[in-house]
Amino acid sequence: MKKADLKSLDLAALWRGLTRPDPAGTDRVVPPTGFTAQLTVFSAAAMAFLAVFALALALATGRLAERWSTELAQTVTVRISAPDDQIDEQTVTVMEALKTTPGIAEARLLPDDEVERLLEPWFGPDVPVEALPVPRLIEITEAADGFDAAALRLRLQGEAPGAVLDDHTRWRQPLVSAANRLRVLGLVSLLLIGAASGAMITLAAKAALAANGQVIRVLRLIGARDITIATAFVRRFTRRAAMGAAGGTALGMGAIWALPSMDQAGSFLTGLGFQGWGWLWPLLIPPVAAAIGFVATRWAALKMLREVR
Amino acid sequence: MQNLSFGYSGNDPLLADMSLTLQPGSFHFLTGPSGAGKTTFLRLCYAELMPSAGQMTAFGQDVRTLSRDGIAALRRRVGVVHQDTQFLDHLPVAENIALPLLVSGEQIDMPALGELLAWVQLSGHARAMPPELSGGERQRAALARAVIMSPDLILADEPTGNLDWDMSMRLLQLLIELNRSGKAVLIATHDLNLIRAAKQQVQARVLRIAGKRLQLAGADL
Repeated sequence: MKKADLKSLDLAALWRGLTRPDPAGTDRVVPPTGFTAQLTVFSAAAMAFLAVFALALALATGRLAERWSTELAQTVTVRISAPDDQIDEQTVTVMEALKTTPGIAEARLLPDDEVERLLEPWFGPDVPVEALPVPRLIEITEAADGFDAAALRLRLQGEAPGAVLDDHTRWRQPLVSAANRLRVLGLVSLLLIGAASGAMITLAAKAALAANGQVIRVLRLIGARDITIATAFVRRFTRRAAMGAAGGTALGMGAIWALPSMDQAGSFLTGLGFQGWGWLWPLLIPPVAAAIGFVATRWAALKMLREVR
Repeated sequence: MQNLSFGYSGNDPLLADMSLTLQPGSFHFLTGPSGAGKTTFLRLCYAELMPSAGQMTAFGQDVRTLSRDGIAALRRRVGVVHQDTQFLDHLPVAENIALPLLVSGEQIDMPALGELLAWVQLSGHARAMPPELSGGERQRAALARAVIMSPDLILADEPTGNLDWDMSMRLLQLLIELNRSGKAVLIATHDLNLIRAAKQQVQARVLRIAGKRLQLAGADL
């Protein structure tokens, strides 16, 4: 049989058959199959549950990458290490240079008490900052359009040799790229979950179709069109996939909602979730599962019908 | 059909060079030894098999050019009583009989279905499941399903094969009634007594498959 012979099973025709009500109860011609029904509902529910978490992970890591990128990009420091008789002079020179550099919104010399707080984790409280060779720290806040770090570095090298510009690029990049890769992993997981769902539903549909081979043959012999037979199967499996996925999504969203709050756990764990309108994203999972069930069952039905004249 | 041949494999045809026209209102028996190809001949008639050579025309259309939907439409005009009856065991008898209407999207006329059940004397078995029926009841239910779409042609494959004489006669009477209402009937059987009984009531032609070919066998009976 040629592929073109099954053109009456095109997606549009099948979709019309699926969305049309079935008052005559044509679906009853397919016997209820307990095992495949339970398998489809369970696998759709399990996959939807996992999909909620994968989606949450992708969204959370996306936010994390953005936050790290933004926060770190806006904070730049200049560290000045020089002999005691030169450090004040170089500090003034650096402050003057920063004031005249385009793209810098603010430059603030960290006072001794702030430096003391920074060193407290290592040296304990009441550290005599003035007695230690601690470098001067200047915190820079970038303007929206940023500044030319390379040019500033060269200028500081000439005017204040003890000054080192640290824009955190070295350790910011790996963090941001790690977060971005986690986001990609989340999206890949979503794709894999979708593919695995499709495979499971296809297997269940193929099992149901194979078990009903004689039913399909009888229906063809009494004059049933392919679209009528396929719709009965597709309607059933699409409905089961949607119902299972709706249950799994509800459970997954409940589990995410029940995660500990930021006060109780680390910031990464609390970031694993949905925020604001993001809670709407998981609601797409049941329709997507139904679409996967629709396509997978149609494919299985096409293969089966090709074997029946 | 014109010069029709069919083989399941290779170059050795089971049926060869067959020509036959079934006119509206005609009554034919098809005989021949077991394995001669009677069932295959009927399967060709309702397009479950396609001829290897020759021409097969049904209701003015070349069967080999029909799409799958076209074949489905053809089968709605041909009522078939299969040898093994072919029911869906999860549906009650009444729904099995109404199945052609259901899959065609046509409204089921319940009083008409009741009349049909009464005609085949199965009124008391409407809600029964197919496995609960006896052989004769199954054959009558199969006949009811074959005629519910009011087909132009009725094909019956050994319809009395598992029935006693009285039940065979009852089924034959039903087929004769249908023929008198204008339907063409073709019965594949090896029961010569059935053919003799029918020829006393209707003008039936008897065909025989012998040596892969179709012969007119009326004079032998």
